[in-house]
Amino acid sequence: MTTAPLNGGKRRRKRRGEQTVVPDAEFTSYYGKPILNTPEWKPLNIGGYFFLGGLAGAGSLLAAGATATQRPVMARSMKITSTVAIAGSAAALIHDLGKPARFANMLRVLKPTSPMSVGSWLLAAYGPLAGAAAISDMTGVLPRAGHTATAGAALLGPAVATYTAVLASDTATPAWHDGYRELPFVFAGSATAAAAGTALLTAPLRENRPARHAALFGAALEAAATHRMESRLGMVAETYREGLAGRLMRSAKVLTAAGALAGAATGGRNRGLAALSGAALLAGSVCTRLGVFHAGRATLADPKYTVVPQRERLRAREAAQSTPATDHAPPTDPT
Amino acid sequence: MTATVERVGFFTDTSVCIGCKACEVACKEWNAIPEDGMELTGMSYDNTQGLGASTWRHVAFIEQSKPVVPKTHQGRHQGEHQHQGDGSRNPQSEGAEDDADVFALAAQGSGSSELRWLMSSDVCKHCTHAACLDVCPTGSLFRTEFGTVVVQEDICNGCGYCVPACPYGVIEQRPDDGRAFKCTLCYDRLGESQTPACAKACPTESIQYGPLDELRERAAARVEELHRAGVPDARLYGHDPDDGVGGDGAFFLLLDEPEVYGLPPDPVVTTRDLPAMWKQAGAAALTLLGGLAAAFATSGKPKTTRSPFARRRL
Repeated sequence: MTTAPLNGGKRRRKRRGEQTVVPDAEFTSYYGKPILNTPEWKPLNIGGYFFLGGLAGAGSLLAAGATATQRPVMARSMKITSTVAIAGSAAALIHDLGKPARFANMLRVLKPTSPMSVGSWLLAAYGPLAGAAAISDMTGVLPRAGHTATAGAALLGPAVATYTAVLASDTATPAWHDGYRELPFVFAGSATAAAAGTALLTAPLRENRPARHAALFGAALEAAATHRMESRLGMVAETYREGLAGRLMRSAKVLTAAGALAGAATGGRNRGLAALSGAALLAGSVCTRLGVFHAGRATLADPKYTVVPQRERLRAREAAQSTPATDHAPPTDPT
Repeated sequence: MTATVERVGFFTDTSVCIGCKACEVACKEWNAIPEDGMELTGMSYDNTQGLGASTWRHVAFIEQSKPVVPKTHQGRHQGEHQHQGDGSRNPQSEGAEDDADVFALAAQGSGSSELRWLMSSDVCKHCTHAACLDVCPTGSLFRTEFGTVVVQEDICNGCGYCVPACPYGVIEQRPDDGRAFKCTLCYDRLGESQTPACAKACPTESIQYGPLDELRERAAARVEELHRAGVPDARLYGHDPDDGVGGDGAFFLLLDEPEVYGLPPDPVVTTRDLPAMWKQAGAAALTLLGGLAAAFATSGKPKTTRSPFARRRL
């Protein structure tokens, strides 16, 4: 911390911490120090928790669909994928706690105001269903119960794939909270792309048509939701475009689009290309989750993203309150 | 929330803070908080930098080239804030310090200094609508009978969710431990009808402890007094029960915009939007369900009957 005090000069909006390429973000801060604190979340743990949860949730839907439409290889591979993924997702979360035994306290209460509490219970219900579906399919034991478990997992799957977006949004992190309208759709699209990618990787050509369609749907949903979110976020959106988060989000866009389009074009004829597009879709989904994670981090680390939007909100409120006759209206931004 | 006794809190009047950091020390001592860094930051006299897992009171120091009392008001009775102008002139004669800029500013003008030095002791706000408490998945964070917000260390599981939820950047995880820590408003002392350590140690009554209603009245009177004395910048922060967090249990009298002190100008409890968030997630989940159903509906049956296996079996 070497910058001089930033608090000299006039009272209203003046200087800022460091020079940026965006000149209109003038604001005051306390020595450029962040206002918000950053959790000790490891990117791979939390990014992985988001990614694997999505893969599992959407995967259970593909598994159920494949079971219903007599696509046995895809059904089995998706059931196994969902089980392994949800176990990995829970493991990532538990690993991030530092001491695994602490996870027990997660199930001490059920708090609707805490998406992490709701999510933990959701995982506790969904995990065994996904596991039962996979085991029954692999061993042929209790086929009826296996079908019920498959249906149950498919029913909870969409919730498993999207609740992590609420978990992220329900914080003061500007990039996450301000994007709460679109983030569940971004996650739903990314989850679909990941599950469809796994299906393209594992299912034979004669079974993979729904996966190709799903990949197109997931990629389109994610692209549309991301675009909408970024255009609505104002200056906070730059955290999705710059730095590490920006690189990850751009990689995600390219990988997901390429995977979905290549899969649609060639995945029905060429096994190798189908697998390759599946891998691209999976990689794209990983990039999306890590990108969202790092964008959130970036908005926590810079007071600009806390102060400027809140100032704008205050000014808008003041303007609305003193609409017709006030000569003391807040000055318009000089830029 | 079931407050069985009157809700209590802090009113921190920064206009009389002298930056002695007795509150920081008393808090560390009483709560047995570990050391968390001994660096010299160059941020005026502030080497604590901000609230965190092991800093529950933090004194901010802000140097501004701006008089406490505007020129138009000088010469009038200025009340007890006068010492700030005088105090900054005194070291000039000693010449011991090596802060030329400060002295140059202090030497300017005849009546009052062009320099002002703001100090403010920051603390957990003990919000009426506390995001940390709302999002805590274990119930470790709870509302006490005094209306304060406290972490139970034996229940906290180190998930860290409360950390980004706090709109003020107060609560934090201890790196080596992982669990979250913050000001308890000296819950142990309150139980014994004792004043919290920081307020007890404050030599100027900048930190005032008491029933919240009483503090709010006192604060309103103090702002009026300062305005009359010619300090138009004086304003309350966190006192309004209609603000984004339902009002703070620990609120402040500031002499500049909140962000100058490292405080958010318009904090909002994140869970205010939680119903809308769940609604969006529900819509996204249905979209996912519909999209994948469509993916299967448009794919027809697989060509299993024509597969080589099927033929061979015949």
